Amino acid sequence: MAATMVSGTEQYNFEIVKKFSIMAVVWGLVGMSVGVYIASELAWPIMNMDIPYITFGRLRPVHTSAVIFGFGGSALFATSYYIVQRTCQARLISDGMAIFTFWGWQAAIALGGISYMLGYTQSREYAEMEWPIDILIEVVWVTYLALFVGTVMRRKQPHIYVANWFFLSFILATALLHTFNNLAVPISLFSMKSYSLFSGTQDAMTQWWYGHNAVGFFLTAAFLGMMYYFVPKQAGRPIFSYRLSIVHFWALSFLYMWVGAHHLHWTALPDWTSTLAATFSIMLLLPSWGGMINGIMTLSGAWDKLRTDPIMRFLIVALSFYGMSTFEGPLMALKDVNALSHYTDWTVGHVHSGALGWVAMVSFGSLYHMIPKLWNTKIWSQKLIEIHFWFATIGVLLYITAMWISGITQGLMWRAFDQFGNLQYSFVESVAAMHPFYAMRAIGGMFFVTGMSMMFINVMMTIRQGKREAAKLHAASHGKMADMASA
Amino acid sequence: MEWLNWFAAFENTKPLALVILFVTFVLIVYYVFGSRKRGERLESYKNIPFLDDESETKEDKK
Repeated sequence: MAATMVSGTEQYNFEIVKKFSIMAVVWGLVGMSVGVYIASELAWPIMNMDIPYITFGRLRPVHTSAVIFGFGGSALFATSYYIVQRTCQARLISDGMAIFTFWGWQAAIALGGISYMLGYTQSREYAEMEWPIDILIEVVWVTYLALFVGTVMRRKQPHIYVANWFFLSFILATALLHTFNNLAVPISLFSMKSYSLFSGTQDAMTQWWYGHNAVGFFLTAAFLGMMYYFVPKQAGRPIFSYRLSIVHFWALSFLYMWVGAHHLHWTALPDWTSTLAATFSIMLLLPSWGGMINGIMTLSGAWDKLRTDPIMRFLIVALSFYGMSTFEGPLMALKDVNALSHYTDWTVGHVHSGALGWVAMVSFGSLYHMIPKLWNTKIWSQKLIEIHFWFATIGVLLYITAMWISGITQGLMWRAFDQFGNLQYSFVESVAAMHPFYAMRAIGGMFFVTGMSMMFINVMMTIRQGKREAAKLHAASHGKMADMASA
Repeated sequence: MEWLNWFAAFENTKPLALVILFVTFVLIVYYVFGSRKRGERLESYKNIPFLDDESETKEDKK
């Protein structure tokens, strides 16, 4: 194994990592705030204010795009550029390509958000952006792939660390998913409107092949790459089992591609496709839990860090939520459970236990670890991380508990019959029954956003502190040189 | 090209896919856990994230 020593900033391109890290925090705050607003609209519809631009239907994709692609995507760009450079001990192959991915990606998120508010949408889950923005994303993504692979190819370290495998799998799979899910014909060259190449059941299949693999590769494999680097670094000890991480990688990468159809149980989809997806979903439990155990056991022998280190707590609680939601997912993929859970808030709760509990928390931990190193300083307030952790945890728990109760209640009300075989409840009665849980969900979201605001302040103050320290150091070294010159 | 029709039938391709994929999985597991020497080599890669720690410490001290 080659142990090449590196000299930080010159050796690596950390400027691009800094840019993406800042935007991850900014998009996190924006996207989660929009999430709380739309959750409040559901609880208190007066907040729609009869303004079409801010109705639930238009703001919902603004929320999902800002948190998944803005917050999650920027965090992944930042951490993947950081990890690939540090573990390959090589600088990114092109600063120009790196900066292009930054501006291209930020433009796509911003343009997407604006277009949704103006009413332009493809109506495809997690892929609502219309065709011109899709083409921009395609170009950015291919550049990202070339940059990542090029950097791996110029590595000084003979072995490619497992975190990079996960990142590469995420980049390749996302390229494939984005391309095929967005095949569409624009109605004219100067129109935003387009029509999908697929229709009917095939269209539904394509959408959920994309939708679930966006969860599998964008929101899982990539964040596992993050986990495989930052959990060992923060714990100060290597990953529990490298061999388990290899089996985890291959099993996860193979199994995820098959499970999308579990979103379409009891529809026009062929029954065998549905069964296949349910079977693979159950099998997926094994690599998911293998990875979770591998991450958590890394702390074996240093459990006290959970008490003393809030960053470690973020990372380990994230893994616990990962374990929980990857148990809940296969359960919900069973046809009989799905008959109750589908189309209800249980699904919304499940998504958020993964998105807030796993994705956001592992990102918080990783960014808190990485940001002080990037600006060569210490975190501004350790106490604020501690408080953020509790706000985030209480927020997620309130959210998912509300959605469990609300979802199961909905499912039971919708399938209840009276003694004459008629539906026992009208739909609007089920909506009225949801009200307290919608309020509880919005409050949970408010907790989470409050924590996110604390992170925003902490990160900005850390950056300011780092810049001040660098300026002082610069001034001192200049003073020394002036003294030497005058002597 | 008549033989290609064999692949069009699910009753043929499903067990074939099962055999291919299961054997691949067994081979990966065997590769990873089958040899003590190879296992030690693979486990040594877990230290890669710590190889640039010295420079990181130097930077922290600046």
